[in-house]
Amino acid sequence: MQLSLGPVLYNWAPERWRDFYFRIADEAPLDVVSVGEIVCSKRSPFFADHIPAVVERLQNAGKQVLLGSLILVSLRRERRQTEELAAVEGAMVEVNDLTCLRALAGRPHAIGPFVNIYNEASAAFHVAHGAKRICLPPELPLASVAAIAKAIPDVTTEMFAFGRVPLAISARCYHARLHKLAKDNCRFVCEKDPDGLLLNTLEQQDFLTINGVQTLSHTCANLLGEAGLLHESKVGSLRLSPQDCDMVEIARIFRDVLNGRDDADGGNRRLAAAYPGVPFSNGFLWAEPGHLYHRARAGDMQGVAPKIGAV
Amino acid sequence: MMELICPAGTPAALRSAIDAGADAIYCGFNDETNARNFPGLNFSRDEMRKSIALAHGRGARVLVAINTFPRASAVEIWHRAVDDAVSAGADALILADIGLMDYTARRHPSQRLHVSVQAAAANPDAIAFYAETFGAKRVVLPRVLSVPEIAEITRESACETEVFVFGGLCVMAEGRCSLSSYATGKSPNMQGVCSPPSHVTYEQTAEGTKSSLGGFAINRFAATEPAGYPTLCKGRFSTAQGAGYIFEDPVSLDATTLLKGLRDAGVTALKIEGRQRGRAYVESVVRHFRHALAALESGSEADIASLKPFTEGQASTLGAYRKTWR
Repeated sequence: MQLSLGPVLYNWAPERWRDFYFRIADEAPLDVVSVGEIVCSKRSPFFADHIPAVVERLQNAGKQVLLGSLILVSLRRERRQTEELAAVEGAMVEVNDLTCLRALAGRPHAIGPFVNIYNEASAAFHVAHGAKRICLPPELPLASVAAIAKAIPDVTTEMFAFGRVPLAISARCYHARLHKLAKDNCRFVCEKDPDGLLLNTLEQQDFLTINGVQTLSHTCANLLGEAGLLHESKVGSLRLSPQDCDMVEIARIFRDVLNGRDDADGGNRRLAAAYPGVPFSNGFLWAEPGHLYHRARAGDMQGVAPKIGAV
Repeated sequence: MMELICPAGTPAALRSAIDAGADAIYCGFNDETNARNFPGLNFSRDEMRKSIALAHGRGARVLVAINTFPRASAVEIWHRAVDDAVSAGADALILADIGLMDYTARRHPSQRLHVSVQAAAANPDAIAFYAETFGAKRVVLPRVLSVPEIAEITRESACETEVFVFGGLCVMAEGRCSLSSYATGKSPNMQGVCSPPSHVTYEQTAEGTKSSLGGFAINRFAATEPAGYPTLCKGRFSTAQGAGYIFEDPVSLDATTLLKGLRDAGVTALKIEGRQRGRAYVESVVRHFRHALAALESGSEADIASLKPFTEGQASTLGAYRKTWR
C-alpha cells in the first residue's frame, strides 16, 4: 500500500509552504507527493518561484511528484495556466478538471479526487486515455471503490484517507464575501486561516470549513481503520491531505499501521493527538452521511495489518 | 430565435409546457438515472414514449436527462435508460457521466448528445473535449458564469450553448458538490437529490422556527418570516467573521432582463429549472419567457410580469450573470 500526500489546499505563506515540502521530502515516509495551487489561481504566483526547488528536493528524496491542475478552470488566464502545466516536459500531471485532458492528449497522467469517477466504465475510459493513478472522489462508498479498483488492476487506485474532506468548489470566494470584499480585490484574506475558517450552524454546531472558493468538511477524514479493507478491495494508495498540523507525524502514523508496527486503535490515538480538536469521519465510505465516524468498524483492521505491510 | 427549454416532472406538466409555448421539454425516467429523483415525479417508459410522440405531433422536441453518475456495479441501469430513451425517439440525451457518454457515442452514434450542467464544462477547452471525444452537439453552461463570460465561451465553443434563465440557483459548481451527502448521505451525483425532504425537519423553538437537514440547523425564522426550505448552501450559518447567508441568499435566478445580452452572446437555448415543480409553475414561467422572447424578437418592450410567487424565498437575482462579487 502506497502513501501519497495531496496538495496543500490552504493559502500558506510561500516560505512556510516551501519549508513544509522540504521537511516532507526529508522526513516523511511517503511514496507520492502532489504539489501546486489547485484551489485558487490568484494564489499561484506566490508559490511559482518555489516549485522547482520543492520538486527537486522531493524527487531527490525518492518521492514521485505530481503537478496538480486547478479544480475549477474558467478564466482565460486559468486556461493558459492549465495548458502550460500539461506542457511541462517529463512531469506527471494530476488532473483535477477535464479541461486538462485535451491538452494531455493521452499522455500518462494521474487523476485527482475532483474528477467525477463513480463507476468502472468511467474509470476504464480514463485509463484508456492515459490515467496511471486515480484518486477516487471522497464521496464514494466502499462497494463502489472495490468495484472500480477491481476493474482497473493495472492502475493505482487511491482513496482520500486523511484531512478535511473537500465538498464543493465555486466561482465565488466565500472568504472575500465574508470580509465584504470583491473577489478581484480580495486582499488574500484567506491567508489568515491556514487550516480553513470554521463554519458553525446557528446552534454553534461545528459543520464546515471555508477555504476561499472551496468548501470542506469540519471533520477530518480518517480511513486508518479501514486500511485493511481498502487493501483487500485492491486500493493501492492512501492519500493524506495537508492540514495545519505535523504532517510528517501523520504520515509516520499511517506508515506504522500499514507496516504492522502499530494497530489501528493506537494509530487513531496518535492521530487525535497530532491533529487535536477535530473529530474524525468515515461516513462516506460506509454509504452514510459523510460527517459520521464509525469507531466500531475501525476494528476490522486488526489481524490484517501485517499483511498490508508487504508493499 | 433562441430556443426555450422547459422542465416537466410529469406528462401533464409536459403538456402544459407545450401549451405555454415550449420549443423543447426536458424530462427523465422515474428512477435514480436523473438528477430530480423525487417520489411521484418523472416518467415511466410508457409515459416517455407517449409523451415524446405527443410532443412531436405538436412540433416540440423532448430532451431526456440521464444526468446522474451511474453507480458502480449497476451501470447497466443507466445503459438501459439510454437505450430506452433512444428507442422512444428522444431528440437528445442530456448526459453527465463520461463513461455513459462513451457508451452512448459508441452504441448510438447518430443520437444527439447534450452535455449536462452536471458535467461542469466551464470553459471552451472542456467543451471542446466533449465535442471532439463524444460528438456532443450542445453544452449546458454552469450557473457560475457572467454574461460576458458566456459570450466569450460561446464564441469559442465547439458546440451550441444552453444557459439557465430561471429557477433554482446552484452557487457551487454543479456536479462537483457533496455538501448534501455530507449532511444526509444523499447527493445529486449519486442519488439524484440535493437536500432531500426525507432528511428535513422543522421545529418550533423559543427563537422561532428552526429548519434542519440531516440534524444540522440550516436556518431559523422569526414568527413573521416565512420558513424557507433548508437547501444546504442557502442556509444561515455563523463564523468568526460574522453570521448570515454565508454562501448565498435564498433567492432564485431570474434572467428575464438579460435575454438580449444572451442572444447577442450567441446562446442557442434558454433553460428553465424546475422538473420538481408543479404544472402552475411550468405554465406561468414558460408563458412569461415565451412572451419576453417574442418581445425581444419584435423589438418591443416586454411586459415583464413578476414571477416572484415562483421564486425561492419570493426573491430573485440575476445570479452570477451580473457578477457584482467579481
